[in-house]
Amino acid sequence: MNNLIDLEKKINSELTTKINKTSIKHNQIYVEIDKEDLIDVVLFIKTNKDTKFRQLIDITVVDYPEEIQRFKIVYLFLSHEFNHRMILSYFINENELISSLTTVFPSANWMEREVFDMYGVNFKNHPDLRRILTDYGFEGHPLRKDFPLTGHSEVRYSEEKKKVINEPVKLEQNYRNFDYQSPWEGTKYIKEISETNDKKN
Amino acid sequence: MTKKIKNLNLNFGPQHPAAHGVLRLILELDGEVVEKADPHIGLLHRGTEKLIENKTYMQAVPYFDRLDYVAPMNQEHAFALAIEKILDIDVPIRAQYIRVMFCEIGRILSHILNVTTQALDVGALTPSLWGFEERETLMTFYERASGSRLHANYFRAGGVHQDLPVGLENDIAKFCETFPKIINDLENLLTDNRIFKQRNVDIGVVTKDDALDYSFSGVMIRGSGIPWDLRKSQPYDCYDQLEFKIPVGKNGDCYDRYLCRIEEMKESVSIIKQCLARMEKGPIKTFDGKISPPSKSEIKQSMEALIHHFKLFTEGYRVPKDEIYTAVEAPKGEFGVYLISDGSSKPYKCKIRAPGFSHLQSMDYLIKGHMLADVPAVLGSLDIVFGEVDR
Repeated sequence: MNNLIDLEKKINSELTTKINKTSIKHNQIYVEIDKEDLIDVVLFIKTNKDTKFRQLIDITVVDYPEEIQRFKIVYLFLSHEFNHRMILSYFINENELISSLTTVFPSANWMEREVFDMYGVNFKNHPDLRRILTDYGFEGHPLRKDFPLTGHSEVRYSEEKKKVINEPVKLEQNYRNFDYQSPWEGTKYIKEISETNDKKN
Repeated sequence: MTKKIKNLNLNFGPQHPAAHGVLRLILELDGEVVEKADPHIGLLHRGTEKLIENKTYMQAVPYFDRLDYVAPMNQEHAFALAIEKILDIDVPIRAQYIRVMFCEIGRILSHILNVTTQALDVGALTPSLWGFEERETLMTFYERASGSRLHANYFRAGGVHQDLPVGLENDIAKFCETFPKIINDLENLLTDNRIFKQRNVDIGVVTKDDALDYSFSGVMIRGSGIPWDLRKSQPYDCYDQLEFKIPVGKNGDCYDRYLCRIEEMKESVSIIKQCLARMEKGPIKTFDGKISPPSKSEIKQSMEALIHHFKLFTEGYRVPKDEIYTAVEAPKGEFGVYLISDGSSKPYKCKIRAPGFSHLQSMDYLIKGHMLADVPAVLGSLDIVFGEVDR
């Protein structure tokens, strides 16, 4: 498939019900699927001779805390043969388990560990689901939108105890998030009535 | 009488000169043979992605310098390209040449560091002494263009921050004349060196299929014989107008990857020369006042420029709702930015795809069955920089 439009047709005709939506933007193909079909779809696009998405580039999550289906799981694929990129995604609830891709792509191992560490999304059949980037004994999932930028605890060396200790974060001043939104020439957008989000300032 | 033998667990790092930063590698040894390697990363984790979500697009650029800190501008490039694609703005041709030129300087910076420290890891001291002198020269070019040797903060969406100072182009051209000799000197020291070859040939062999399965990119995939370079296959900025070759390895071992890096440096010099030859005077950033800040003299005279300046440095520019993945060929491999904008002046989500992350995760696969002494050689040829692995 040398052409993205042909590729879109091919995927839609071969996988029919498993695909919820496809679109082409920025020279990439965006595909939305259901959680259950992940392994089938990925196996298909990896092995089919007309798609050959042989490389998993990355796995990540987007957090929408106000939605019921909170997390959008995103997989990025690359096909060297046809020079295409695909962005595959689906939505899940906060506590849902999702299948691990480690059996299809060994490189999914650390990527899923990172997703677990940063967002607290659990994978079934993952061989070694541990935290990866955060400290040993860390609590919470830092990239969730409800995790504060300053974190919950800070680390210092205690002279009395002669060791490194964790303490709750103490700030001289709260993190300030100013609302700069104001009609700047006011043409392209209309300012929405926003709730004052700078109470803490 | 029978003796019970237990495998030895060895802690390699986090403070070890050959660990290239803060890698804690837990090795399970059977005698001198490595049975299992378990890298523990995250000792340099700074929460870059979280910080970027809380900063405007312009404020986010310096964080990219701190990822792969041996080739800072290559990272900024990916971020700038992502914003440019969403905003759909054109970059003036001079800015494109400046950016490509500095990306290639970054590639040389990174490859010198890698080649020479890899040699250092296997016992050769001299290359690093010779190579670092050249890195110093290159970093002064960074400094003259951007004001700092390492954390440049130079690329902007729509161009670069400032034009090059007078005389810099000439000095870079002079460097391009003298540098190939240094590459030759390094090659004289290493390429046919018996010890260097004994330590690198047939060590850490990666087959084509495994290179794909383990998400390798850059030199790691080219060393295994897959001719794949984003500068050729998905050209960005003015790479499609430049002529350069993509060196490809044959055996996929540490030695081939070293050879690829040496050849890539030579190609980079040729790209820099072409950029300098084609560069003409002209604008260096987009004229769109809503995206690039006005000049100081304009602010003094124009009310509109003053308002633009104020708004750009308080609220920042807004990026319409979109979702995009952009990748560049950084010295270490495919460096990508997956950006989700929500119409405000801050990114809703910015996932950074660092090449070193997937390279390091294959450590167990690469080193299994090798001797303990091969660990630094393999690690050196992976080209790991912890700024980008840990983010």
